[in-house]
Amino acid sequence: MSKQTGTVKEPLLRIVKRGEMSALNGWIIRIIALIIAMIISALFMFSITKLNPIGIYGSMFAGAFGTTRRMWVTLRDAAILLCVALGLAPAFKMKFWNIGAEGQILVGGIATAACMLYLPESMPLWLMLIVMFLASVLSGAVWGLIPALFKAKWNTNETLFTLTMNYIAIQLTSFCVAKWENPFGSNTVGIINQNTRHGWLPELFNNGYILPIAMVLAVTVFMFFYLKSSKHGYEISIVGDSENTARYAGMNVKKIVLRTMLLSGAICGFAGFINVAGASHTISTSVGGGRGFTAIIVAWMAKFNAFVMIFFSLLLIFLEKGASQIASDYGLNNEASNIMKGIILFAVLASEFFINYRIIVRKK
Amino acid sequence: MEQSSAIRLENVTKTFGPVVANKDICLDIRYGEILSLLGENGSGKTTLMNMLSGIYFPDAGKIYANGSEVSIRSPKDAFDLNIGMIHQHFKLVDIFTATENVVLGLSSDKKKDNLKAAAAKIREICDKYGFEVDPDQKVYNMSVSQKQTLEIVKVLYHGAEILILDEPTAVLTLQETRKLFSVLRNMKEAGKAIVIITHKLNEVLEISDRVSILRRGEYIGTVDTKDATELSLTEMMVGKKVSLDIERPIVEKKKPLLEIRNLSIKNDEGHNAINDVSFYIRGGEILGVAGIAGCGQKELCEAIAGLRKIEQGMMIHQGEDISTLTPKQILEKGISMSFIPEDRLGMGLAPSLSITDNMLLKTYAEGKSPFVDRKRGRAEAQKIISDLGVVTPSTETPVRRLSGGNVQKVLLGREIKSGPNVIITAYPVRGLDINSSYLIYDILNNQKKNDVGILFIGEDLDVMLSLCDKIMVLCHGKVMGIVNADNTSKEELGLMMTGAINLAEAKSTPDKTIGIAKDSYIKEETK
Repeated sequence: MSKQTGTVKEPLLRIVKRGEMSALNGWIIRIIALIIAMIISALFMFSITKLNPIGIYGSMFAGAFGTTRRMWVTLRDAAILLCVALGLAPAFKMKFWNIGAEGQILVGGIATAACMLYLPESMPLWLMLIVMFLASVLSGAVWGLIPALFKAKWNTNETLFTLTMNYIAIQLTSFCVAKWENPFGSNTVGIINQNTRHGWLPELFNNGYILPIAMVLAVTVFMFFYLKSSKHGYEISIVGDSENTARYAGMNVKKIVLRTMLLSGAICGFAGFINVAGASHTISTSVGGGRGFTAIIVAWMAKFNAFVMIFFSLLLIFLEKGASQIASDYGLNNEASNIMKGIILFAVLASEFFINYRIIVRKK
Repeated sequence: MEQSSAIRLENVTKTFGPVVANKDICLDIRYGEILSLLGENGSGKTTLMNMLSGIYFPDAGKIYANGSEVSIRSPKDAFDLNIGMIHQHFKLVDIFTATENVVLGLSSDKKKDNLKAAAAKIREICDKYGFEVDPDQKVYNMSVSQKQTLEIVKVLYHGAEILILDEPTAVLTLQETRKLFSVLRNMKEAGKAIVIITHKLNEVLEISDRVSILRRGEYIGTVDTKDATELSLTEMMVGKKVSLDIERPIVEKKKPLLEIRNLSIKNDEGHNAINDVSFYIRGGEILGVAGIAGCGQKELCEAIAGLRKIEQGMMIHQGEDISTLTPKQILEKGISMSFIPEDRLGMGLAPSLSITDNMLLKTYAEGKSPFVDRKRGRAEAQKIISDLGVVTPSTETPVRRLSGGNVQKVLLGREIKSGPNVIITAYPVRGLDINSSYLIYDILNNQKKNDVGILFIGEDLDVMLSLCDKIMVLCHGKVMGIVNADNTSKEELGLMMTGAINLAEAKSTPDKTIGIAKDSYIKEETK
């Protein structure tokens, strides 16, 4: 009667869900994944370039931390990426797919640059910085609020909306760059107030990197407790988990969405402020530099834990710096190093699978 | 005559992480016989059947089909062994016709049957066993019971000899259940092996030849149905003697607490979900609401809680119109709703959050501090865990990790804690084991004794008849009648649920409409 007779064979591989795993074991798996990824990329690099993989990793490390200046640049860039991720976290936790961080950074940057260009030289620096801060935060917030308003009012799709807002911001930036062009014909704004350093973030302890990093760390602490312990954070988790439950509990979901996007946009705008006033001191369409998207990875990989985000933003910036360093050291093009970056990121994401599942191989 | 064995399980074990879902299960499924698999929720019935249908692979143990050892690695292996599973959640394509759904997924050589031939074969199967399926009907036009019938026809068409039905009666009315049972008997006569998974004792006794009982993943034993009674089965299932009587304390009648007049509500699709419904709940009274799935219970609950716009009508709570209030204001009036829709966690709980966080859902905003008072939530969670016997690793466990019964306890526990005067509860014992169900009935009765008015949306008519004071039956959003639980029968309720009897129409006179109280808070001029 049966078509299958007497074939007793266990499947070769099967996937079984794990029970809960301790945080420590989880991190051990993640670190193993990282090591495996480094071995695979080493083999890959060796097989196509015949270069010594240890040399390559050494060169990557040198690119990110080789000199004091490089180290500070790496830390500062990681801080800016972290800042964007911190801005995205509340939105994504609420399941509001804000992929418009790029635009929110840009408008924050434009506002900052405008202040640096137009505010009178006579203005005291502290007042100047406060105005710049407010302007950037406000413009980022508006950029974040617009899609949220449309979502609340007409239930538009926030993914498409925030994405499209990016292009508007890019065009706006191009317009400003053309308007503020300096020197004429260069099609760039150049370093703003290069001589007067008017509106630049001041140096602390003779070091221009410390203040931006410290400010982002302050936002990190704020965001950690905001999401974890505050009533607002509680509302965000509920709305993200089940909008029906939120309504049932008497929460005003629309208000929460608007408020959260206001905050999300504001922090991304703030990232634009740090970038323009504290790092690049200029404005161009590449001020965002794709960070608005990379930060999404940071926020998700850290599962919206602000402190864990520090680790992932450092990892990503390290890979970025290291990749461009090996590109120049060995005359490789960027693609080779991007492949390495891809392998490592893939491994880190794949480790989440092994944290949740176990693979059982057929016993002999 | 001894029937031949279709499938035999020997010491089958399956674990999920630390949880042992099945331990050393032995089972014998025979041709020409109906076997009931009985067990409380979480006892591992579905896991076991999923191993037979190739969804899970056992960690240990042997499976024999027709006498020889086999391994079922995938649904295709199960299909090759002629095992057909009818799941609780139907796997049908809504926009396809019955025939198209049946033909779907056949291997390419069989697809050569054109649709006409397939339809003819479906009719043949229907005639043989007594099914009623229109091969050309689209699935979205089918009732729940028609969809289920189609699922059975589908596996028969595919040549199944061994049919496994996972809680098939959960979605059916009494009359539909009878119809299902008669086709199951026909299939048994035709020599098929049938397994029916259920936790309803009366059905086990009615339909099956033998009963196998599981308890907490362990195999307890198999008995012949003719030697079993409800009480003996319960004992095996629960592991101790239990009383099966539900108490119904008599409480002195109070004035109506919540009155609904001529209420009409639209559903998400814009059709009338509730149509001109009137009823009232007194303090110290449990009003049951019976009806088949989709008769408007969900929309009614949502409207009372302020979550759904009402089209027309009034909702009066202690003399005050609440139909325009926000959910929060309604909450503050002491109207508590614990509504568990089909997916259990959809409304009322945040599944990914901890028990502690879920405790705080309605009170988190209290006080001026910008921070959530988790200490209080943890204490409340601890109290509910110990008072109601919630099985959980800790107060910080996400609610979605809990079993269905424990989820219900958490939800109801939180609602009662807030001291409401009206409780709206939908399917509060769905998925609960017997002990927990009785605990919930006790909780509700205690609330009733404290003069709380309770709207109980239920599905088990036996339970409603013994727990509720009055029962309102809805059919397609209309009230078919509001009857005293002492004065009615399962049959009458069943017929009202399908709309075959309409007491509301028959008994209403121009000066007395059913569902309107004489000592109402509502003054005539406000109408």
